[in-house]
Amino acid sequence: MKEFTYARAETLDDAAGQLDETARVIAGGTNLLDLMKLQVMAPEKVVDITRLPDLSEISAEGEGLRIGALVTNSQLAEDHRVRSLYPVLSRAILAGASGQIRNKATTGGNLLQRTRCPYFYDPAMACNKRDPGAGCAAKEGVGRMLAVFGVSDDCLAAHPSDMAVGLRALDAEVEVRSPDSSTRRLKLDELYRLPGDRPDLETTLAVDEIITAVVLPAPEKGAVQAYRKVRDRASYAFALVSVAGNVTLTDGKIARAKLAYGGVAPKPWTNAKVEEMLVGQAPDEALFRKAAEALTADATPHSDNAFKLPMLRRTLIAVLREATGLADASPGTDKTKDAA
Amino acid sequence: MKTDLTVNGEARQVEHESRTTLLDALRDHLDLTGTKKGCDHGQCGACTVLVNGRRVNSCLSLAAMHDGDEITTIEGLGEPGALNTLQEAFVNKDGYQCGYCTPGQIMSATAMLEEARDGAPSHVSETLTGSVPLTDAEIAERMSGNLCRCSAYPFIREAIAMSAEKKS
Ligand SMILES: Cc1cc2nc3c(=O)[nH]c(=O)nc-3n(C[C@H](O)[C@H](O)[C@H](O)COP(=O)(O)OP(=O)(O)OC[C@H]3O[C@@H](n4cnc5c(N)ncnc54)[C@H](O)[C@@H]3O)c2cc1C
Ligand code: SF4
Ligand code: FES
Ligand code: FES
Repeated sequence: MKEFTYARAETLDDAAGQLDETARVIAGGTNLLDLMKLQVMAPEKVVDITRLPDLSEISAEGEGLRIGALVTNSQLAEDHRVRSLYPVLSRAILAGASGQIRNKATTGGNLLQRTRCPYFYDPAMACNKRDPGAGCAAKEGVGRMLAVFGVSDDCLAAHPSDMAVGLRALDAEVEVRSPDSSTRRLKLDELYRLPGDRPDLETTLAVDEIITAVVLPAPEKGAVQAYRKVRDRASYAFALVSVAGNVTLTDGKIARAKLAYGGVAPKPWTNAKVEEMLVGQAPDEALFRKAAEALTADATPHSDNAFKLPMLRRTLIAVLREATGLADASPGTDKTKDAA
Repeated sequence: MKTDLTVNGEARQVEHESRTTLLDALRDHLDLTGTKKGCDHGQCGACTVLVNGRRVNSCLSLAAMHDGDEITTIEGLGEPGALNTLQEAFVNKDGYQCGYCTPGQIMSATAMLEEARDGAPSHVSETLTGSVPLTDAEIAERMSGNLCRCSAYPFIREAIAMSAEKKS
């Protein structure tokens, strides 16, 4: 690890005031320190925000929930309101990392964790994300974990977060504080940028902006939610593909279907066409197969990861079956309880 | 820089560089070498310690961020001749071969059993809202952050199950 100055922020103003191109916020540190040890990231200053007041709580906001940016992944997955009203979020978090990592990882840090592309992790290899213009070693390299949607000629990397995929299926918003103390709210989709010709720019945040919270809308009564993750081993591995579903049936028809896909794109992926095909229809195998085909129709896989397309289709179909009662629920699929 | 820690109940001060991890502070500054360094990247769990009662990977944490925290390491659980229940169970069940992962396994299991008793669900739990029995599959999932290169997993899980029974 390169040497750096450590600064413990006492207030949000203090933290924001210390941030510039050469500095980085540290929260759980589970991604930043990993990358700093490899010198993939080498900030000159590390600003510790973990002692900031008021960012570690989950509280009611309107009919929804406000999750402070420092709430740990464990705290969030274990919260009784989340378990009963937003189960897909608990499930997505519990499907990621390990008990130890989830105890440190924070809500803000999880959203901003960087790709696990092996060439990004290896400073000896060309990588446009680390070093814009250097080229992309993954293109001709081993591409098993890479994305199949939203990629560009300059970068094929996938966003690794499970939590973010659950949040996307819940229409969560991210609250960001700017250095002038104003706050703005972004849809998750507005937080992430696609790589284009600047894969080093991953989000729409300015260097001195800090995520302060994630806000969940009012829970949906009677929804069935599911998170299904496929990976190379049974636990403690990143997703090859994952699907988060948040589905409501009314009178035997699909009234609402929110679906998000992980491991397949530079951000939690969605496809409005697929959801439109499902809404208003009675659950049915043929319908699910058609929706799954539509989902992967415009994918652009690497030669090593075309297997992700049938895998994603099967995973989506499995989620839809369980969410609509065509198949029995397995662990990962939960009915939401009605709000008190 | 200086950081004050309470380690296994004792007040300790460490003088260190900003980049010193909690793991290196424990091993190299405080001579508590029971906590092991396997991967140094959060991938193996050998460095697991308790911070304010919760398990974390000490390799992915800066010592400076723990000023005022209570740290428990394997040295704080029991000693030769006075092992605690879980340590005893690992001996009885042969829950190791080379022993390198063992301190991390035991620290992780200590906190894991606490989490399970508090009703925390896991990835394999059938329900998020009801009570979940600590089956073999539950133990395997909850302990997946601790790798064992000797693959002593079946006996590690048995040792944990045995200790869980004793405590309940
Ligand atoms: C072995 C291993 C396995 C893993 N497996 C999985 C997995 O299966 N699924 C999964 O989803 N994740 C997995 N992870 C990743 C883990 O979830 C992330 O490392 C973690 O969520 C990051 O959170 P943090 O608080 O530790 O972030 P940090 O490391 O503290 O920060 C990450 C980034 O976010 C920035 N940042 C943090 N907080 C804020 C804020 N409030 N405002 C602005 N910027 C901020 C930091 O500057 C940094 O750039 C794994 C990690 C490891 C090491
Ligand atoms: S895919 Fe992206 S992150 Fe991976 S080597 Fe290419 S540019 Fe870097
Ligand atoms: S040494 Fe910390 S997880 Fe391997
Ligand atoms: S006993 Fe050898 S690594 Fe686990």
